[in-house]
Amino acid sequence: MNTKLLGAFAAVALLAACGSGTEQSSAATGGGAETTTSGPRPGSQEDLVANIGDRVFFDTDRSSVRADQRVVLDRQAGWLQRYPQVQVAVEGHADERGTREYNLALGQRRANAARDVLVAGGVAPARVATISYGKDRPAALGSNEQAWSQNRRAVTVIR
Amino acid sequence: MNLPGFGFTRRSVFAGLGGTVVASLLPDFALGQQAATASTTVIDVTRARTDPVPIAVPDMAGASPDAQRVGRDIARVIQANLRNSGLFRPVDRQAFIQTPETAAANPRFQDWRVIGAHALTTGRVEESGGRLRVEFRLWDVLADTQLQGTAFTAPAAQWRRIAHLISDVIYERLLGEKGYFDTQIVYIAESGPRDRRTRRMALMDQDGENHRFLTDGSFQALTPRFHPTARQVAFMSYFRNQPRVYLFNLDSGQQQVLGSFGGMTFSPRFAPDGRSVILSASRGGDANIFVVDIASRRERQLTSGGSLDVSPCYSPDGTQIVFNSDRGGDQQLYVMSADGGGARRISFGNGRYATPVWSPRGDLIAFTRISGGQFAIGVMRPDGSGERILSEGWSMEGPSFAPNGRVLAFYRETPARDARGGGYSSRLAQIDIAGFNERQMVTPTDASDPAWSPLLS
Repeated sequence: MNTKLLGAFAAVALLAACGSGTEQSSAATGGGAETTTSGPRPGSQEDLVANIGDRVFFDTDRSSVRADQRVVLDRQAGWLQRYPQVQVAVEGHADERGTREYNLALGQRRANAARDVLVAGGVAPARVATISYGKDRPAALGSNEQAWSQNRRAVTVIR
Repeated sequence: MNLPGFGFTRRSVFAGLGGTVVASLLPDFALGQQAATASTTVIDVTRARTDPVPIAVPDMAGASPDAQRVGRDIARVIQANLRNSGLFRPVDRQAFIQTPETAAANPRFQDWRVIGAHALTTGRVEESGGRLRVEFRLWDVLADTQLQGTAFTAPAAQWRRIAHLISDVIYERLLGEKGYFDTQIVYIAESGPRDRRTRRMALMDQDGENHRFLTDGSFQALTPRFHPTARQVAFMSYFRNQPRVYLFNLDSGQQQVLGSFGGMTFSPRFAPDGRSVILSASRGGDANIFVVDIASRRERQLTSGGSLDVSPCYSPDGTQIVFNSDRGGDQQLYVMSADGGGARRISFGNGRYATPVWSPRGDLIAFTRISGGQFAIGVMRPDGSGERILSEGWSMEGPSFAPNGRVLAFYRETPARDARGGGYSSRLAQIDIAGFNERQMVTPTDASDPAWSPLLS
C-alpha cells in the first residue's frame, strides 16, 4: 500500500522535475550567442535534459531501478550511442530521511544501478563514471514526501 | 595560532587529600564509585540525576588590574563549564559575602555555607612577561577542608586553557571521574542554500571559543574524526570531485588522501591505537569495511558482499567493531571482531539504526534511530540490551562521545517550512548520557558532524 502511494507521488514528481530542470538549464545557457537555431545543441546536457530526461527516481531506501524509470535510462543509452564522444557521470542522491554516511552509500548504489542499465543498453563502461552526494545536494528543498521523491534520484551529467 | 599542548607546567601546591572528603561532599552521587570499579560498570542513570553540586566560583584575585581581569575571565569560564555540564549549580555571585581577595587568602567557610555552597574555588593570578601563573584551590566548605591546590603557568594567551584545566580538576575531584573541558570539537560548518551548500571543516574549543576554519570551502568536507593522540583528523573530502577519506594535520594544515581505493571511501574512524583508520569503501554498488594501516597504507578488507556496511567504530580496547548494515533487509547495528569475523546483530527495536559509536568507557554504544518518521539519539549496551532513547525529534544524528563518556555531541535539524527550504536549520547539540541537560552548542553558522577530541593534556 505504501509503495503504491510512493509510486503515484514519484510520477508527479518526475514531471515537475523535468519542467524545472529545463527551466534551469535554459537559464544557465543564456549566454550562447553563437547560433540562433531553436532548441538545445544536440549531444549537450541541455539536449539530454529537454529531450531524453537526465534523471531517474527511486523508492524510499531502495536502489533498484523501477520499471517506470527504466525507460528513461534506455533512452539515455540510445542517446549516448548517438553521441559516442560524450562522457558522463551518474550522480546518485538520497532524501534527507536517512543518516549522512548511510545515504552516501545508498546514493552510490543508486548511481551504480542506473549505470548498470546504461551499460546493459550498450554504452561502454569507461564512458560512465559514478559519484554519490548522499543527502547533501537535494534538488527539491522542501521537507515533505514530494520533495523527498524528487531527491531520491540518479542524475546523468555530461563530464 | 592557538595550539594546545605548549608551554604548560602543572604542579600540585598541596597534595594528598582523602577520598572520604569527596564522599561526604557527594554522598548520593553514583559516578565516583562507578569510575573507581573498572570498565565493566554501567553508570547508574537513575541516581545520576540527583541534584547538581552547588559551587561558588568567585573571581580570582590579582595584584594588578590586568591580573584581576584575567582572574575574572578565568572564573567566568570555569563557572560556565560547570553549569553547562548540568552536574554543578554555580551559586549566584550576588549572594557572595566574602570578597575574592580575602577568600583567596583565607576562606571563611561559614560565609559560603550560609549562601548554600558545598564547594568553593579560589585563586590568584600573577602576570609577568606575557606569562600567567594561576594558583587555584578547591574547598569543601561543609567539611572546612581544602580538596585541591594546583598552580598552572602558561603564556597569557592560553588563559582559556588554564580555565578548562581547572574545570577538569574540579570535575574530577568532586565527581570522581575525569572531566572533558580541556577538549575541542571539530565539525562541519554549513552555509548557503541547501542545494549549493558550502561545507567547511572547523575547529573550536568545546565551549565554542577559539573558533577557526580548517578548510576553505572550495571542496565539500564531511565527517571529521579526531586521532586518539596526535593532532590529526580523518575526514571525507570531495577534493577534485573525488569523494575520499583524507588525513588532516591540525598543526600544519596538510592533507593527504588515505589509501588508493578505486571508488568512494567514507565514514572514517581511527583505531584506538591511532595506527590505522577503519572506513567504508564503495567499489561497485556495495559498501564494505576496510582497515588502512597509516604507516604502510596497506589495506585489509573486513566485510564483503553486496550489502551497505557503513559507519564502523572500534571498541576502546580495539578487539571489536560496531557498524551498521542493511544485510538483513534494513539498516541495523552489528558487532564483529576486529578481524571481521563473527558479525552479530545487536539492534532489535523498532526502526532503522545507524551511526553507532562506542563509548570511551566501553560500556555503551550510542546510535541514531529512525522510526515512525522521527529520528532519535540513544544508547544501548554492546550486547544490544538496555536501549535508552536520550533525545528525539524531526532529524538528529551523528553522536560523538566526550572523552569521559558522559556527554554526547550530535547534530539536530529542523525541517524546511516551504519549497525553497525556508526554516531549515542544522545545529550542534550535546546531551548527558542520562538523557538530561540537552543544550545547543554555539556555532557561527549551521553545523553538522561534531566530533569530540580526546583530552588535550
